[in-house]
Amino acid sequence: MDQLFALAVTVPLAVAAGICAVRPFFDRRRWLLDLAAIVTAASVVVMLAFIMVRVRGGDQVYWFAGFRPSHGVAIGIDFEAGSLSAGLATVGAVLVTAAMTFSWRYFERVATYYHALMLIFLAGMTGFCLTGDIFDLFVWFELMGVAAYALTAYRPEERGPLQGALNFAMSNSIGAYFSLSGIALIYGGSGALNMAQIGAWASRHPSSRLVVVAFLLILAGLLVKAAILPFHFWLADAHAVAPTPVCVLFSGVMVELGLYGIARVYWSMFSGGLGHQQGLSRLLLAVGVATGVVGALFCFRERHLKRLLAFSTISHSGILLAGIGLLTPLGLTGAAVYIIGHALVKGALFLCAGIVLHRLGTVDEVRLHGQGRPLRVTGLVFIVASLGLAGMPPAATFLAEGWFDEAAPGWALAIALACAVVTSGAVLRAGLGVFYGLGDPPFEDPRQAQEAAEETGETETGRHRTPLTMIVPAAMLAGAAIAVGCLGFTGLGTAVQAAAVRFQDQRAYIATVLHGARVSHPVALYPPGPADVSPVAVATGLALAAGSVAFALLTLYRRRLRLPIRRWPRATAIAEGFQSGVINDYVAWLVLGLACLGGLIALIVR
Amino acid sequence: MQIFPFIIVVWIVAIGLYGIVTSRHLVHQIICLIVVQSSTYVLLLGVGYLNGGTAPYFFDIPLHTRVVDPVVQALALTDVVVEAAVTALLLSFAIQAHKRFGTLDPQELASLRG
Repeated sequence: MDQLFALAVTVPLAVAAGICAVRPFFDRRRWLLDLAAIVTAASVVVMLAFIMVRVRGGDQVYWFAGFRPSHGVAIGIDFEAGSLSAGLATVGAVLVTAAMTFSWRYFERVATYYHALMLIFLAGMTGFCLTGDIFDLFVWFELMGVAAYALTAYRPEERGPLQGALNFAMSNSIGAYFSLSGIALIYGGSGALNMAQIGAWASRHPSSRLVVVAFLLILAGLLVKAAILPFHFWLADAHAVAPTPVCVLFSGVMVELGLYGIARVYWSMFSGGLGHQQGLSRLLLAVGVATGVVGALFCFRERHLKRLLAFSTISHSGILLAGIGLLTPLGLTGAAVYIIGHALVKGALFLCAGIVLHRLGTVDEVRLHGQGRPLRVTGLVFIVASLGLAGMPPAATFLAEGWFDEAAPGWALAIALACAVVTSGAVLRAGLGVFYGLGDPPFEDPRQAQEAAEETGETETGRHRTPLTMIVPAAMLAGAAIAVGCLGFTGLGTAVQAAAVRFQDQRAYIATVLHGARVSHPVALYPPGPADVSPVAVATGLALAAGSVAFALLTLYRRRLRLPIRRWPRATAIAEGFQSGVINDYVAWLVLGLACLGGLIALIVR
Repeated sequence: MQIFPFIIVVWIVAIGLYGIVTSRHLVHQIICLIVVQSSTYVLLLGVGYLNGGTAPYFFDIPLHTRVVDPVVQALALTDVVVEAAVTALLLSFAIQAHKRFGTLDPQELASLRG
């Protein structure tokens, strides 16, 4: 049964290679191709679920070809599965399954390589989550990246996709090279590539300059992936133009994988050797909260549905970084639960946007005003999912609030909640306007209209019925978010908390990987935290949802209410200047951001 | 480890990034990306280099000969493969951009957007 670990990545890779090899066979049997991809993705979900059941008592390690470590020196390459890593991989596989089901009827004509790329992307995600080797982490990262770049430019006959893919590929590649440089440096110091062995070495050399520089460089690459300020510019360009089913994966799990990478790298390799936990925590918290604010502001001013959702992802990614950056088990627990909930509701939202595009031929919120009335089910799913995004009980996102309440300092919490209200308020505003025709009738802003009008041709438009294969995955994802939230009443929280404690225990990680120890932790190690659903979490969730609805209605009826909300042309110009779409600017920001980050970390570890 | 290779690495990264930031031509920009990446080869090989070391083939040399680190060479090879994939993809994007829109200037491409 150990082979399950290897199979979870080799099966999608093998099927991807297989369907490319026998491509002519599928020319007239398109359904078979879709079926093969869906079945493969679903089988990966099952395999990862088995792995999750197996590792619930303690992490498990799989050594490829049986090269076990001897005397604390890793010879082979390992997969290390804990509840959190396997859980994130499962979420990714679920989203791939939903996206593949959605694209069955979404694309009128589709090339074989779309399915192959999606499966390679799936393998990359799974490998990234499970690997215990830092160089392999980079390789999976790049594998996932290359598949993602190609998927972004899936319709290269338009300008948007090409440009989005170029920006995406350039930014992420530069980030990846920084990471690789960090890996090379840490290898030069420790002589190891296994994360546990590096962790053991770094703990013996606390606060060495090499460790700090390597951490900074590895962190930079992951921050680009996680779309953290000021490395976030590529995300909106790429998400706005990628095919909708691909956006589900980008927003739902790829960005979160960057955050997972930060957590994995920090707690397996650096937490012992780096020290200065408090300063680092403050830095990550500040950067995360700043990202949350910037993402929320850009989200609010957007009217292209997919870009709006993309900016909301940036905002949430910042909040998640702040949660992880608390560097406490409670913060990590909150982030982990939030990632599950966010992935499911964001996936549902993107799929609904895809249905809107399929049926009505545009994703421009203003032009769609009231046009979505016939799409009853889609509208319902969209509204439910956007309330879930706000953290309304019982969607899974609200569970996280209990832990964030407990773990975060007051100011950070207040800003994070405000960001949540603004982003989900903006999403709700779009949903209520499009599907229910609420709000003042729109007037045109020609510049943005043109931008939004470019989004065509991805799918055959003007259909009279929504195919079941499109609405069912969206409804299932929204339903799953609620189901996971309900699990919170039956002890999900305690389990995730135990998993977070295990994830952060570097000594146990090293012992498990290098010495084959089975370390079990007491389940409720942190009694001061809420073990489960707390009244505070429910109250916060309800308040947030109410706030978002109120905010959405206020912005919808701002002219009728004569609210002093104006478009500041100057602010708009500045905002567009930042989000220029020119890769030169983005790389300049990236370098500047890295320099600032380096300076701040140097101040912290001084 | 000597300091010299590291100075070279920083220099290569710096000129590569400078090229990307100032470039007005996509192909030139992609070449600059390759330059940035090639810094990682120098770094990897510099990390594994041993003064007086020979190639790590234990076929016709005695067991305790000083050899350079073979692991970093394997890493550099993997790195080359990754680079080939990314570069090919990026260049194909550039070709598409030129075919469809007749320009390879990133700023012009961005301003065409709307």
